[in-house]
Amino acid sequence: MSGMLKNALGWVDARFPLTKVWNEHLAEYYAPKNFNWMYYFGSLAILVLVNQIITGIFLTINYKPDAQLAFDSVEYIMRDVEWGWLIRYMHSTGASAFFVVVYLHMFRGLIYGSFKKPRELVWVFGMIIYVALMAEAFMGYLLPWGQMSYWGAQVIVSLFGAIPYVGEDLALWLRGDYVISDATLNRFFAFHVIAIPLVLVILVFMHIVALHAVGSNNPEGIEIKKHKDDKGVPLDGIPFHPYYTVKDLVGVAVFLFIFALIIFYMPEMGGYFLEHANFVPADPLKTPEHIAPVWYFTPFYAILRAVPDKFLGVVAMAGAIIILFLLPWLDRGVNKSIRYRGPVFKAAIIAFCISFIGLGYFGMQPVTAVGTWFSRFFSFVYFAFFLLMPFYSNLGQDKHVPERVEEK
Amino acid sequence: MKKLSIVLLVLFSSQLFAASGGIALESARINLDNKASLQRGAKYFVNYCLSCHSAKQLRYSRMATDLEIPPELVELNLMFTGEKIFDGMTISMRPKDAEKWFGVNPPDLSLIARSRGSDWLYTYLKSFYVDETRPFGVDNALFPKVGMPNVLSDLQGLQKAVYKDVELEDGTVRRVIDHLEISEPGRMNEKEFDKAMNDLVNFMTYMGEPAKLERQRLGWKVLLFIFLMLVVFYFLKKEYWKDIH
Repeated sequence: MSGMLKNALGWVDARFPLTKVWNEHLAEYYAPKNFNWMYYFGSLAILVLVNQIITGIFLTINYKPDAQLAFDSVEYIMRDVEWGWLIRYMHSTGASAFFVVVYLHMFRGLIYGSFKKPRELVWVFGMIIYVALMAEAFMGYLLPWGQMSYWGAQVIVSLFGAIPYVGEDLALWLRGDYVISDATLNRFFAFHVIAIPLVLVILVFMHIVALHAVGSNNPEGIEIKKHKDDKGVPLDGIPFHPYYTVKDLVGVAVFLFIFALIIFYMPEMGGYFLEHANFVPADPLKTPEHIAPVWYFTPFYAILRAVPDKFLGVVAMAGAIIILFLLPWLDRGVNKSIRYRGPVFKAAIIAFCISFIGLGYFGMQPVTAVGTWFSRFFSFVYFAFFLLMPFYSNLGQDKHVPERVEEK
Repeated sequence: MKKLSIVLLVLFSSQLFAASGGIALESARINLDNKASLQRGAKYFVNYCLSCHSAKQLRYSRMATDLEIPPELVELNLMFTGEKIFDGMTISMRPKDAEKWFGVNPPDLSLIARSRGSDWLYTYLKSFYVDETRPFGVDNALFPKVGMPNVLSDLQGLQKAVYKDVELEDGTVRRVIDHLEISEPGRMNEKEFDKAMNDLVNFMTYMGEPAKLERQRLGWKVLLFIFLMLVVFYFLKKEYWKDIH
């Protein structure tokens, strides 16, 4: 480094801990050397968050949060704004990509036991991020003011009405009107562009601070901090920068390739990312034939519909999300990684995946008798996976976890 | 894998059928690079659709550029109501009048190809048949109880429905439309009409997303760039990691 730059850095370091933060979180943050491809999704989630914020700012410049103007302003962006179509597709595809990445990130944590002691708070902060993300996506989906925006919001907000005594007043308070209207659009806009993104960024910060305090888990579930050299550096750890920064770039390029492929050649993703009915302006007097939420909500929507009683359905749906928070205390397994866990746990993970995807599928379909029974069965498996975890999670764990990450 | 895809296909196709009015959809051949087809489609659109339906999101000037029609020709041949070339394709019929005359206000068609799909539009335009019980003397096999008159009858002629009886699972017999056939020829034969409707739907598909061609033209360059980036990053990672075991 040239003398002048060094002096400048020294000047800053005397006033702000720049080098200290850089070292603590990148250059001297030691991550296990055996991360596999499942570990790309954390950095990708940050990439998508940045994408959403930047494209979101540009969309906000031309979007009009007004029930009379919103739909046309989106088309104005698609047709008249320079590169508007690209910015809008980056944002709409980014929403779905966010959930793809976050679901895979959570799944990684689930199978490698990344939520287990001492990382409980990393998981809990992550879960709050997930819930905030759902709120963010739900409110954002109202903004294009299409039929599905309108009726999807109508259905979801009316769910609050099922809560005894306070429900109807609560739904009224959320909407700011008796139906979804201009008032609702305005407040959802405020929440979507400032309130929730702010919360998200703070939560992501806390998620990373908590992670860097306890250190990253790895596919073997070995605590690398148990074996350190005389300088206190974990023997199986490597500095995050440059090793994982360059490795994550590979993940970023693969992700961007798929992301661009969707943006440029299938932005609607066959109606799963942009629903066909949302190209019709919102009409409060005309209910669409079939109201389905966007794909990332459908597992929980299927649970809601599987329960015959509306209020109990809402309870089940909320419970399906709340129970995820409790995962660190439900899992009694001694070993962390699925590689060293018993066949019962492995089978349970497979059953859980099938039921989650199955619920996602049936949540998209119109209600049929067969679909309802499948949804009930899958909901049962979903809850059994968590509620029975204290009993089955430690069965047959006879494999010995090695002390060190083995050399390949 | 093959089995799985068949299962998925069956599940999804049943959903497609449920969404239509009972008859199978015919597929339109969409080719946005075919400027001649888009130009013919624009002609049919302004002549047959634009007096009742608007397409307010599409500006005449944008259409002129994208379809490679000189703006003077657009003004001369495709604009009838004294708009400026930068205006969107609006109509002079007032919504209140439209509701009185047709029962519903004819929807704006700017995005109809995106909400309904081009195959649906193509099939819909070809599925009008004579039904004296309806206010305009026609019904539509794909969209039963349709509010729209058959404005294309001078091109297509008139069609009549040929029925068949089908036995339902519970043993009751129901009369359904088997197919439609021309009962009174129009100015075009069947092949010419199909081609005209294909041009029209092609144009409406363009209208739904004028940036589509631009996006597809740009896409592969972006993908190529990202791929080269991936190659560079891959070797960069390899170089950095060569002493990690």
